[in-house]
Amino acid sequence: MSLTLSEVEHIAELARLKLTDEEKDRFRQQLSEILEYAARLQAVDTSQIPPTAAKPAAVVRSVLRPDVPEPCLELKDVLANAPQSEDDQFRVPPVLEQEP
Amino acid sequence: MSDLTGLGVRQCLEALGRGDCSSRELTLAFLERSQRLEPDVHAFITPTPELALQMADAADRRRQAWKRDDKSQPLPGLLGLPLAIKDVLALQGVRCTCGSRILENFVPPYTSTAVQHLLDAGVVVTGKTNMDEFAMGSSTENSGYGPTRNPWDLTRVPGGSSGGSAAAVAGRMVPAALGSDTGGSVRQPASFCGVTGIKPTYGRVSRYGLVAFGSSLDTVGVLAHSAEDAALIFTHLAGYDPRDATSIDVPVPEIALHRQDGSLAGLRVGVPDEYFISGIQPEVEAAIRQAIEVLHGLGAEIKPVRLPHTGEALPVYYLIAPAEASANLARYDGVRYGLREPADSVQEIFFNSRGKGFGAEVKRRIMLGTYALSAGYYDAYYGQAQRVRTLIKDDFAQAFQEVDVIAAPVAPSTAFKLGEHSDDPLAMYLEDVFTLPANLAGVPGLAFPVGFDQHGLPVGMQLMGAHFHEDLLFQVGHAYQNVTGWHTCTPALLWV
Repeated sequence: MSLTLSEVEHIAELARLKLTDEEKDRFRQQLSEILEYAARLQAVDTSQIPPTAAKPAAVVRSVLRPDVPEPCLELKDVLANAPQSEDDQFRVPPVLEQEP
Repeated sequence: MSDLTGLGVRQCLEALGRGDCSSRELTLAFLERSQRLEPDVHAFITPTPELALQMADAADRRRQAWKRDDKSQPLPGLLGLPLAIKDVLALQGVRCTCGSRILENFVPPYTSTAVQHLLDAGVVVTGKTNMDEFAMGSSTENSGYGPTRNPWDLTRVPGGSSGGSAAAVAGRMVPAALGSDTGGSVRQPASFCGVTGIKPTYGRVSRYGLVAFGSSLDTVGVLAHSAEDAALIFTHLAGYDPRDATSIDVPVPEIALHRQDGSLAGLRVGVPDEYFISGIQPEVEAAIRQAIEVLHGLGAEIKPVRLPHTGEALPVYYLIAPAEASANLARYDGVRYGLREPADSVQEIFFNSRGKGFGAEVKRRIMLGTYALSAGYYDAYYGQAQRVRTLIKDDFAQAFQEVDVIAAPVAPSTAFKLGEHSDDPLAMYLEDVFTLPANLAGVPGLAFPVGFDQHGLPVGMQLMGAHFHEDLLFQVGHAYQNVTGWHTCTPALLWV
């Protein structure tokens, strides 16, 4: 299992990560090594085995709650951590104009 | 009283209850100790001494008022107890970095349920502890704020990712601290630092306000000096929370630490061969075997038990946890909170902020998880991992038909040197080989010290139990600690 540089760049694109050339090269090697190790799972026969659901099976119940309005965070508290905000909204550079 | 920092949780609460000391005196003693050791140990990212003293004074006033007039209502169970919180849990108004530069200036607008339960019980928060960035790591070297050092040997790591909490407890900077455990992050640092740590059943403690890493694996746990102390905190921490859809609505038992006759008669302890593999440090194996003999001497029946898919746990974990992490960490986009690298487009903001804000291990795992979930590879990697995970869970279900608890090493070796694994991620992942299975199966685990190696470094054993059987783990740990003294040993750093 050996990743190519273009595969690494594709994954970084999907993950929205800007990587340096040095990082790309290092991750290519390290991820190849880790995936090689993980490949041992292919040897396990799971043809009759269902995938694990997230919860332990001991208690099964509906996690849906009644759709009732409850108090929520104050707008000013939510915006307090925003890198940029304006008029009670998060501010970002134009989105649509930048698309090709 | 001479040295208040020598007190554990129960002893602190008793001293406060008798009026031997005030919460302010107790808190000051721990703060002074922290101040003295911090230049060497660096257990905290954000110490909160002023907040702690305010909380301590409030606790003292409350106790005074209660003594004076209103004794009808019982006082909160942990009133005035100093405690540190891993920087992965939100406390309103105190910055929460999760060990990452991407959250360097993030001040949460709300408090996590786990922390709120402890605030309601009256604890005094002395600070937010250091950790591997986003809890990804086994040494605390991946922190964006510099590594924590092990109080037993400052050239060695405290384990991770709750390394700051473990070091703070071992250095007696606090009597107890909160941690989180996604793949061993409470138990492994507890083992490396010679303290006791509980990883509860998945769903037992609310994850609301816990910075998400691997959502099907994340648990909130406690590090303290003894099983009894950890249990005292755990009973306040646990409970159903409608704000966490994976929180489970089962009653939290009153923890009776002593089994009926004080012995372990009738208890079946399973010992899995799969956890005594070649490559385990001989002194670790010897200490674990000896500890199992102690349990036998207390009346427990020791039985071999099989967990045949143990060897697959590591590759399963290192596909599932990164896959979940890659989805969870998509939220750090530089738009609503966290680091923003200025750019001309939103797309560039995403790429540049994440490229700059995340450290190497976090990027590595996001890449790995993104790959495992990507088109064409999903079934071969993530799908297969989820199916093998079922086999690992079934192993535990089968084993708990035959035994009540499983005893095993926490880690293959004692604390390693800083920098020892820093260029080899796979070698670092192998440190987690014995702790990952409990997370994959969702079962609880209790780690506690059972000896030392030739370098004077603590060795930890873990007991794993069936879902929701934390009480049994505490009882067995307590019975062991009643007849042994490992948990009372302190690092030479504290003797001066």
